[in-house]
Amino acid sequence: MEVRINNIRKEFDRFAALHDVSLDIASGELIALLGPSGSGKTTLLRLIAGLDFPTDGKIFFGEEDASHHSVQERHVGFVFQHYALFRHMTVAQNIGFGLKVRPSATRPPKAEIKKRVSDLLDMVQLSGLENRYPNQLSGGQRQRVALARAMAIEPRILLLDEPFGALDAKVRKELRRWLREFHDRTGHTTVFVTHDQEEALELADRVVVMSQGKIEQVGSADDVYDRPQSPFVFSFIGESSHLPVEVKDGAVLFQGEPIGLSEGENTTGDLFFRPEDVVLTDEQHALSGKVTACRRLAGTRIAEIDIANNGHAPFHVEVEVPLHAPIELGAETRFRPTRWKIFSK
Amino acid sequence: MTASATASKAGWRVKQPSIIPGFGLTLGFSLTYLSLIILIPITGLLWRTAELGWSGFFAILTDERTIRALTVSFGTAFAAALINVIFGTILAWVLTRYRFPGRRLIDAMVDLPFALPTAVAGIAFASLYAPNGWIGSLFMPFRIAFTPYGIVIALIFIGLPFVVRTVQPIMEEIDGEVEEAAATLGANRFQTIFQVLLPSLTPAVLTGFALAFARGVGEYGSVIFIAGNIPYVSEIAPLLIVIRLEEFNYAGATAIATIMLLISFAMLLVINLIQAWSRRRYGNV
Repeated sequence: MEVRINNIRKEFDRFAALHDVSLDIASGELIALLGPSGSGKTTLLRLIAGLDFPTDGKIFFGEEDASHHSVQERHVGFVFQHYALFRHMTVAQNIGFGLKVRPSATRPPKAEIKKRVSDLLDMVQLSGLENRYPNQLSGGQRQRVALARAMAIEPRILLLDEPFGALDAKVRKELRRWLREFHDRTGHTTVFVTHDQEEALELADRVVVMSQGKIEQVGSADDVYDRPQSPFVFSFIGESSHLPVEVKDGAVLFQGEPIGLSEGENTTGDLFFRPEDVVLTDEQHALSGKVTACRRLAGTRIAEIDIANNGHAPFHVEVEVPLHAPIELGAETRFRPTRWKIFSK
Repeated sequence: MTASATASKAGWRVKQPSIIPGFGLTLGFSLTYLSLIILIPITGLLWRTAELGWSGFFAILTDERTIRALTVSFGTAFAAALINVIFGTILAWVLTRYRFPGRRLIDAMVDLPFALPTAVAGIAFASLYAPNGWIGSLFMPFRIAFTPYGIVIALIFIGLPFVVRTVQPIMEEIDGEVEEAAATLGANRFQTIFQVLLPSLTPAVLTGFALAFARGVGEYGSVIFIAGNIPYVSEIAPLLIVIRLEEFNYAGATAIATIMLLISFAMLLVINLIQAWSRRRYGNV
């Protein structure tokens, strides 16, 4: 089922949680809504589900305008961050709930519900636990029960709110891979919310980066990491440093001096670069600063460099340096970004 | 210290209870305290009852007036607890679910029956529900005060906070997400309330019921003013005990007390079983 979100606006007591958000989700896609807390990602997910209604704008499920349909009518699967399992029901009763509450005309017979529940338990690899109560399960198991329960109603789309937020790192990684396989097998259009960029980049077909109630960029993991379209995306995803620069006659000037980079149009703005896109150099036209700290990071080394700023607080940048490169604390080091982007002010 | 000395010390200490010191002291205190407050008085009660012998005890137990008084006591307490369960749960719902002016005031008022001298409540109810009282006159010729219905009303008042205060915290704990989950699964409001919310309250509601029931059975102060105390009709067992005492029939009084004690003990046992069961099932509720 494809989903189209057209110019959605949502206000809570005059506070705008979402400003004019539009997004097209293709059928069968796995989409991540990524952003810091307060960016509006959960609000957007709840609007798609029908747990909240937009102040303005429309939501289409296929060709159908679902904007004012109730959550029951929308027929979506929703997995809550804290699972929201019914604790007085067994695992099997939890999963079968969505079928049991259907009006008698469309309710499957008891035997069929039982069969569906046991199929779903197989699918989430929890067979044999049907008579347990939620509090007798581990966090990862509860998460999978919640997913099976959402899948039982054969939802048109599947929505997950911080699905791995409450799990420890190891279980989180396992479930992440498992969810990807699950999605590939069932082919449901899936939208999940996360504040963990690693999770979003690894899992999703497309990542929607959000900040302050707006969509900053939509794209594949490569797009948002290699071709960030805004200063926010550049600094939110991965590591980066930025410096105020000026472009004059094709040359990039930092503190009035050329630094050996060239750019087309004249402008003033911020130069962004990632630590790994930097080379050390001996040339005259380059950035230079004092190494204040140096830390080992798995296979590489990160040097923290302070660049003097005419008596103001120094600019702080981080660059990756090869393990064999001679780096001395306090020494003046010259370097130059190899890949960068300037965002005009 | 040698190994054997350690072993012998471990020998008389049946079980090393905990690394926290003071087990002996606190257990000793608890036992002494319980003995003074509960065990010794109850033993005295049983002792006095034993003076009657089995035949005397059964004579009192099967006496028409005793049976009627016990029926009135347990019957009205049961009815009042049942009504309290329904309206107490609704009251708890209103207090936890909605924010409205005066909510804190109502919340505080729920505890009033704990603090108000029960005789005051009894007199107030008696004058309100008497055939010539404000409310009682509206129901004439149906009489509320000076009948078992009056007793039920007094016991509803006494038992209300027990239900509200056991159900309220559990209701507050219920996550809004659980309701939303039920809605996304297609459940309507009615199904959500009756299949999701209320069943998860069952243990708390049962506990509240048992507490209100137990309290109602033992209630004396408020009931005697509104009951009319007509033997065989609206005379409660605690009153019958007092009447026997005034007749200097101590054995008779203690016999009725023993019967009440046994029934109450059985009920408290049931409460504990319910709590153990619910804890096993739903985690720490």
